[in-house]
Amino acid sequence: MSAAAREYLRQMLRIRRFEERCAELYSAGKIRGFLHLYIGEEAIAAGTLPCLGPGDAVVSTYREHGHALARGLSMRSVMAEMFGKVTGCSRGRGGSMHLFDASRRFYGGNAIVAGGLPLAAGLGLADQLLGRKNVTACFLGDGSVAEGEFHETLNLAALWKLPVLFLCENNRYAMGTALERAQSETNLSKKAAAYRIHSEQVDGMDVFAVAEAVTRAVAAVRAAEGPWFLELLTYRFRAHSMFDPELYRSKAEVQEWLKRDPIPALIAAYGLDPAPFEAEVKAEVDDAVAFADASALEPVDELLWRVTMREVPR
Amino acid sequence: MKTTFRAALREAHREALLKDPRVLLMGEDVGRYGGAYAVSKGLLEEFGPERVRDTPLSESGFVGAGIGAALGGLRPIVEVMTVNFSLLCADQILNNAATLLHMSGGQLNVPVVIRMATGAGRQLAAQHSRSLENWYAHVPGLRVVEPATVEDARGMLWTALQDPDPVLIFENALLYNLEGELAPDAGPVDLDTARVRRPGKDVTLITYGGCLPRALEAAGQLATRGVEAEVIDLRTLRPLDEKTFLQSVRKTKRVVVIDEGWRSGSLAAEVITRIVEGAFYELDAPPARVCSEEVPIPYAREQEQAALPQPAKIVAAVEALVSPHG
Ligand SMILES: Cc1ncc(C[n+]2csc(CCOP(=O)(O)OP(=O)(O)O)c2C)c(N)n1
Ligand SMILES: [Mg+2]
Repeated sequence: MSAAAREYLRQMLRIRRFEERCAELYSAGKIRGFLHLYIGEEAIAAGTLPCLGPGDAVVSTYREHGHALARGLSMRSVMAEMFGKVTGCSRGRGGSMHLFDASRRFYGGNAIVAGGLPLAAGLGLADQLLGRKNVTACFLGDGSVAEGEFHETLNLAALWKLPVLFLCENNRYAMGTALERAQSETNLSKKAAAYRIHSEQVDGMDVFAVAEAVTRAVAAVRAAEGPWFLELLTYRFRAHSMFDPELYRSKAEVQEWLKRDPIPALIAAYGLDPAPFEAEVKAEVDDAVAFADASALEPVDELLWRVTMREVPR
Repeated sequence: MKTTFRAALREAHREALLKDPRVLLMGEDVGRYGGAYAVSKGLLEEFGPERVRDTPLSESGFVGAGIGAALGGLRPIVEVMTVNFSLLCADQILNNAATLLHMSGGQLNVPVVIRMATGAGRQLAAQHSRSLENWYAHVPGLRVVEPATVEDARGMLWTALQDPDPVLIFENALLYNLEGELAPDAGPVDLDTARVRRPGKDVTLITYGGCLPRALEAAGQLATRGVEAEVIDLRTLRPLDEKTFLQSVRKTKRVVVIDEGWRSGSLAAEVITRIVEGAFYELDAPPARVCSEEVPIPYAREQEQAALPQPAKIVAAVEALVSPHG
C-alpha cells in the first residue's frame, strides 16, 4: 500500500509542480493561448491512468496536462508543446489544449466541450468489431453533461455495449457556471444510469478511492459488460483559465476545498516524506523547461504539412 | 449495361463491404429501412447488422463515432440522411475530422467517408432543400466530391475509402433515378480531376452535381442556335481542379458557372475568382453565373423552380455573353 501511495504522491507532485511552473511561464510570456490548470484534481489522473494498459485509448479535454503526464507522455514533450516548439507532442500546433500521442493512444486534448465523447464511442466500436480487448477511457467535465453530444454518446455506447469508460470530472463549475445553475439534476451519475449505464460517484480527492473504482470499472468494461460511468467529485483550486478573475465563487468556498487537497491528504494518511519526490520532480520540471526553451520552432515552410495526408494543390 | 445512379451507388457499397472487412456503413435507417433514398436496400440482409448499422437520430454522436472508428482502424462509411441534418454534426466534421491530422502534428489521420444527400427540386420546402457543399468545401483538411454520373456514383466510393483523409460525398437527390450506361467492368475513378462532359469552343459552362444535367440540356439548346458550349463537371469541390477549367476557359474565352448554392459566397464565386486570377486577360467577356435565388427554397412548385438554376436561365446567361460580340 505504501509503495502505491508513494507512486501516487510522485505522480501528483509531477503534475502539480509542472502546472505551477506553467503558470509562471505564462506570466513570463513563454506560454500563450488558453491554459487550463488541473491543480486540485490530480488524484483523478494519478489514480486512473495506471489502471490502463498500453492498448487502451484515452480521450481527453482541454484540461489534460495531468492526463497526458500520467499516461506517459514525457514532460519534455508536453512542456515543449506549451512553448509551441516542434519537439512538442503535437509539433507546437496544438498547445496546452491539444496534446496528442498516437503511440500511447492518447487521442487528445479536445477543446470543444463534449466534442471528444463521440470519438471515444467510435474508438470503442473499432475495438469491439476488430475483436481487441481494449478499453477507451474518456474524460469529460461536468459542463459537458449539458451538451447534446454527451447524451447522444452515452446512449450509443449503452445501446451498442461499447467498451468505453466515461470519467466525469465534476469540479462543480463550467467556467463560471456552478453545477446547480446549469443542471436540474446535479447528481450526474443518474444521467448515465438513465441510459442503463453502470454508474457510481467517487471521491475524486482520494487517489485510492479513484484507483479502486477505476480498477473495477476497467475490468468490467474489458470483460465486455458495456460502458461504465464514474462521476469523480473534485474541485479546481485555480481559476478556469489564465483570464478568469473568479467573480463567481467565494474565497471561503475555495478555502474549504483546499482543506481537502489530495496531496497533503495522502502525505498525512501514509506518513510520507515528500522531500525526495520534490527534488526529483523539480529536476524533471527544470529539465523540461530547459529542453522546451532550447528547442526549435517548426519551420514556417512546413505550415501546410499534413493538412491532409495527400499533398494537395492549392 | 443500363443502370441508375442509385443502383450504381448500391453496387459501390456492396463492393466495398465485400472487398474490405474494415468497411462498415452506419447511419439513420440505412439497415432495416433500406436507406432514406433506398441506396442501401438489401445490404443489411447481405452483410448483417454489425456492418450495416442503424443508428439513433444522433447526427453528432454517430458521425463522431465514425470518425473515432476511423482513428481506431475501421473504414466507416457514415451516411447522414441529408446535408440539412449535417448541421447537427458540423462540429464533428469541422472540429474533429478536419483538424485532427494537422493539430496532432501529423499523427492522427481520419480515413472516414461521410455521404449525404443534397439539393432541392422535390417540393420539400426550405428545411429540406439546402445545397451547402461550399460550406464544407471551405474547410482545409476535407476532400469534398459530388458524383453527377452513374460512372462516378459507381466509382467514387472505393477511391474515397482508400483516401487517408476524410472525404465527404454529396449526392444530389434528384440524381438517384438518373439512368445511364455503365461499362460492366466499371470501377474506381479518381477524386482529383474535373471532366469535360461535352466539348465545345464558344463558351465554357462549369458546374457539378444536380446542375450537370441542366447544363447539358442548355448546351443542347445552345447548339441548335449555333453556340457550341463546353460543359465541365467539377466532380471534386475541394481541392478544385482549376487546371482543367482554366484550360477550357482559355480556349472559349467565355464562362458561365452554374451552382445550386446561393450566389453570395458561393462555390461559383470561388471558381470565378480563380478564373479571374488565372485567365483574366484571356477573357472576352465578364464571367457570369447562374445560382439559386437568395431565398429559403419554397414549397410551391412554380416558386421552387423559379428559385433554382434552370436550362432557360443558363441559355439566357450564355446569350448575354455571346451576343454583343457577335
Ligand atoms: C461547445 C463549447 N461551448 C463552450 C465552450 C467554452 N468553454 C470552454 S471550457 C468551458 C467550461 C466547461 O466546463 P466543464 O466541462 O465542467 O470542464 P472544466 O473546465 O470544469 O474542467 C466552456 C463553457 C467550449 N469550449 N465548447
Ligand atoms: Mg467543470
